[in-house]
Amino acid sequence: MAIETQPDQAHGAGGGAPAHRGRRPWWQRPAIHTALIGAVVGYLLGHVLGNYLAGSGNSLYPNIALSDSSDWPIVLGYLLGVVGWLAGLGVFNDVLRQMIGKPAPLNGVNGGPEHETSGLARYFRYSLDHKVVGIQYLVGMIIYFCTAGLFAMAIRTELLSPTHHVFTSQAYVEIVGEHGTMMMMLMTSVVVGPFGNYLVPLMIGSKRVAFPRIEALSFWLTPAAFLILLSGLLLGGFPFGWTGYAPLSVQSTLGADSYAMAFGLMGISVILAGFNIIVTVICYRAPGMRWSRIPMFVWSMVATSFLFVLAGPVLVGGMYMMLTDRTAQTAFFEDSLGGSSYLYQNLFWFFGHPEVYILALPGFGIVSELIPVFTRKPLFGYRVAAAGMIGVTLLSFFVWQHHLFDSGINPDMRPLFMLTTELISIPTGFIYLVAMGTFWKAKIRFTVPMLFALGMYFNFLIGGISGVFLSDVPADTTEHGSFFVMAHFHYTIMGGLIFAFMGGIYYWLPKMMGIKLNQTLGKWQFWLMFIAFNSTFLPLFAVGMAGQPRRVFEYAQNLQPLNDWVSISSFFLGGSILIFVVNFVWSTVIAREPEIGNPWQSRGLEWQVASPPPPGNFERIPVVLSGPYEYGDKNAQPVADLHPPPGVITAAITGATSVRAEA
Amino acid sequence: MSLPARVITLLVAFLAVVAGAAFLVIHYFLYTPPTVDYSAGVTPNSGGTINVVMQEDPQNTVSSHPDWVSYFIKDPKTGRWVHTTLFKVPAGTRVNMTILGYDGCTPIRNPYFDKVTGTIGGTAQFNGKTVTQINAWSGCNVGHTFSIPGINLNVPMGTPSLTATLCGPSPCTSGPHATMTFSFNTPKTAGTYFWQCRVPCGGGFIDGFGGPMQTLGFMTGNMQVVS
Amino acid sequence: MAASAAPSVRSADSGGRNHGLWIFLIWLPIALAADLLIYFVWGPHLPPGTMSNTAQSQQFDIKVMAVMAAPVMAGVLVYFGYALVVWRQRDGDDSDGPAIHGHAGIQAAWITVTSVIVLSLAVFGTYELAWKGMDGAGAGQGPSPIWKPAGGTPLQVQVIGQQWRFTYRYPQFGGFETTDLVLPVGQAVQFNVTSLDVIHDFWAYQLGVKADANPGVNNVAYTTPTHTGVVTVRCDELCGLWHGAMFNYGKVVTMAQFQAWANKTETQLASITAILPPYSTVYDPTVVPQMSKAMQKGGLTGGNGYYYPPNDPVQP
Repeated sequence: MAIETQPDQAHGAGGGAPAHRGRRPWWQRPAIHTALIGAVVGYLLGHVLGNYLAGSGNSLYPNIALSDSSDWPIVLGYLLGVVGWLAGLGVFNDVLRQMIGKPAPLNGVNGGPEHETSGLARYFRYSLDHKVVGIQYLVGMIIYFCTAGLFAMAIRTELLSPTHHVFTSQAYVEIVGEHGTMMMMLMTSVVVGPFGNYLVPLMIGSKRVAFPRIEALSFWLTPAAFLILLSGLLLGGFPFGWTGYAPLSVQSTLGADSYAMAFGLMGISVILAGFNIIVTVICYRAPGMRWSRIPMFVWSMVATSFLFVLAGPVLVGGMYMMLTDRTAQTAFFEDSLGGSSYLYQNLFWFFGHPEVYILALPGFGIVSELIPVFTRKPLFGYRVAAAGMIGVTLLSFFVWQHHLFDSGINPDMRPLFMLTTELISIPTGFIYLVAMGTFWKAKIRFTVPMLFALGMYFNFLIGGISGVFLSDVPADTTEHGSFFVMAHFHYTIMGGLIFAFMGGIYYWLPKMMGIKLNQTLGKWQFWLMFIAFNSTFLPLFAVGMAGQPRRVFEYAQNLQPLNDWVSISSFFLGGSILIFVVNFVWSTVIAREPEIGNPWQSRGLEWQVASPPPPGNFERIPVVLSGPYEYGDKNAQPVADLHPPPGVITAAITGATSVRAEA
Repeated sequence: MSLPARVITLLVAFLAVVAGAAFLVIHYFLYTPPTVDYSAGVTPNSGGTINVVMQEDPQNTVSSHPDWVSYFIKDPKTGRWVHTTLFKVPAGTRVNMTILGYDGCTPIRNPYFDKVTGTIGGTAQFNGKTVTQINAWSGCNVGHTFSIPGINLNVPMGTPSLTATLCGPSPCTSGPHATMTFSFNTPKTAGTYFWQCRVPCGGGFIDGFGGPMQTLGFMTGNMQVVS
Repeated sequence: MAASAAPSVRSADSGGRNHGLWIFLIWLPIALAADLLIYFVWGPHLPPGTMSNTAQSQQFDIKVMAVMAAPVMAGVLVYFGYALVVWRQRDGDDSDGPAIHGHAGIQAAWITVTSVIVLSLAVFGTYELAWKGMDGAGAGQGPSPIWKPAGGTPLQVQVIGQQWRFTYRYPQFGGFETTDLVLPVGQAVQFNVTSLDVIHDFWAYQLGVKADANPGVNNVAYTTPTHTGVVTVRCDELCGLWHGAMFNYGKVVTMAQFQAWANKTETQLASITAILPPYSTVYDPTVVPQMSKAMQKGGLTGGNGYYYPPNDPVQP
């Protein structure tokens, strides 16, 4: 069980017992098991309350009771279930403690008592250490990705034949919805969660994040959202895909409530996570870490976090409106009562388009971080890359109507949105300028992370160019809603983000866990994944152009050979992910080969501390002397002074201009 | 943890995940309502005839949604009513369909589907009287439809009178009902054809098309043609 | 990082090779070959075909974009391929590469070239959408379309989406409603697409027409068929359980055949047309004025499925 090495004052996250009495046993301290108990209790309370308020046969709200489909028990059950989940984790303990006047325990940095530094149990708790939260996110994201990937295998199994059906049409449409929603919802945080939370403080020279409690809360909302979404299957699923267009989503049975709740919870989670990262990067940079020296990955995290914070609320609002339409008989989206089906579409895509840049930018950030290390050259055009990320972030709010070109929006808006959508491809293209410049006369090392980065550039090229085809309104008339769109976004999201994610795992896992992943398996995984991925999704462009819409279980007979090729390839793609899971689990649980140095010879600040980093990251706040990409320059300073004499910090904080001279 | 402990924990976790996934798949994804077989003993494409009997009820007290309207299909071998909407017929065969309508009337959304199409002769018998259309808005006449879009079949279901007391527990065996009979030929090639009701009888759902209207085994199903 | 003074990237390095020139010379024939193949060999067969003027304009549009995209893709791929072969780290070499932080000229050139390509595509797309004769490229333009076919009233075909079948009404022929889509060749058609329940999407593939069907909204799309043949109509917006099975086949026939069909169908369907609601560009099936008094007294006022009970006041 957990190896407790800490002195008695350590509390970690709200243990509740007074400090001098020592640690309680693990099963009495809040952790995932108490969270589950809290969730069940909360759900039951909510369910009973919902039945009391609006169950069939009661007279409090007869309209709803008579309406034959009462969502109140489910919605209130989920709401109180989430509150119970968080209460069981101990999220509210510190808040309540401060409300009644007692001091909250310090979170273990800046000279306070350390929180737990070892043992497996802390990963199941509401931990305030950003490194623990990062690993929690990493394992969580892999689980969510694999679950949603299994649904994808089921979809392709069904599409093997247009006439012989493996699943009923009902099961199929539920599976389609679960796959899409789980991926889009949870992969929003697939890089920001694990890598953003883990690496950003290390990369900027900070001992902590700005708001550890908010960061931990953002993680713990994700298993709740995942379980709520999965539980929708027990309620009959939802037949409207991940986009949830009203009025179909208001028409659907109970499974739609789990969709709205899960997606809304995830929206809250990303708002919190983004908020934390923005403040951390603005306020917690070490002396000398100017904006022109922060790693490109941190730039991408900041850009993504701005998108989280600005687009997330619109999603939560849209889901909330869908829930009130379903439960309280409001008529936001019901045309015959004064609402509009367009309202939902616009709200959803106002979030939905920044969402896809939320998915793309972290991928750019990771590969921009990898290529200087494995080409042994500075990142070409650092300012251009940063400007590209800022440009994408800004422009992403001005393009959302391109999802609605055929929906009957005002026709003279369409050239405008065609223009803005075409324009956004300019900053998106900057990463290729940066990559190509970095590759010029480089010394390219074909390590596993580099292979994934190269795969990302190849895939995103196809994905991005197909996006240009979609941005063109006349071409979009044929392509909208077809498998062409599917191929486009799978290329950009899976081919871009997930390949970058895999590259990031192989690159940073030695740093995060002090363990090396098997590189041979890694190469096998890469090649199988790359070939199978392209074999799966490249024909889908043709399938879409030939007239097969999305989300259908029957299609034209002459498209069966292409669909069969795609389905078989997708099974190989699933196999490559299986190789990854086996590699990950084997290396971290069974083999555990240590990798404690700087195996990639990286200049990054995060690589200058031990692997895994000590609890406070740095013994003393470092003074940053140069950027992280100064390869090839013999006169470059080391990236930071990790043990600056005491006077240097004071001088740096009080505004001495030349830290370099004093270091 | 020591190596053996880690291996065992890993195996247990793996088996738990596999078991959970298998449970989900078997209980929720592969589950379908039963298919009533009307094709046994009949040679497809040989000019044969079969008689299919169904009924639609105002509720179904045999499922977890007792207040959802539902169709039932009579099993030809046992003569019992099965709570399902999936049935199997031979290809190239004449089907004489009888549908007992126990449910009351609901206004249709698109009265185009008041018209009988796709039957032999383009007509249906409503309580013995030949009709080509039943007006759902001029009186309490239509409760549901039986429509197979893939063969362009659409027959509105008549209702008992407006003041009749509809039958209680289901499947209904007595009580006021309307009888619709019509015939159609099944296609000559095998395939699966979905069928649905076109009257918004999904009470409590927007446009009346949620709930039972979109759940297999209630108001929508599949006609599987075998050859 | 300010772009430090980098060695000129186009001059030969100490290895004696002008990389930029080599990359250009490898790229040029590939890009030319690709463009010629796309334009002349593949072009006439590009989707969505040539069965209507909107389909033809879309085909041309896709052809032009493919011709512009191919050299860009080839350029990036040739560059990366060259880099991976020529600039890989040799065994035993552990040194770093040259410290090039940026190059103002290359950066400026890249930004300029990509902006020019992208903006010209935007202009071209707008032309394909809005120029006379393009009819809005077959996309649904909403209730107030601005890109209409010239010359006279087009044939009006109302497309009604409902769960889970399209029906078509021809107001110029008495407003009959049918599940068959029959169109005359050479005649401009105005599709008035609406829905009775949830959002559907009318996608006539060979005609290059796609318009969402929203409840209570008339979404207008235009096209003029130029060849006879079969049209595949699929619903393109997930609309519930049987969305995947919501498709039908229509046909484009000669004007004489169309007239004959329309007149015959109008007569055949007269009895059902009599009980349909009068033709309108939008419908609200929850309010049925023709409902019999007996049913209204029984609380049934429309096909609304008792979601909002009749005693709820209707919102303005």
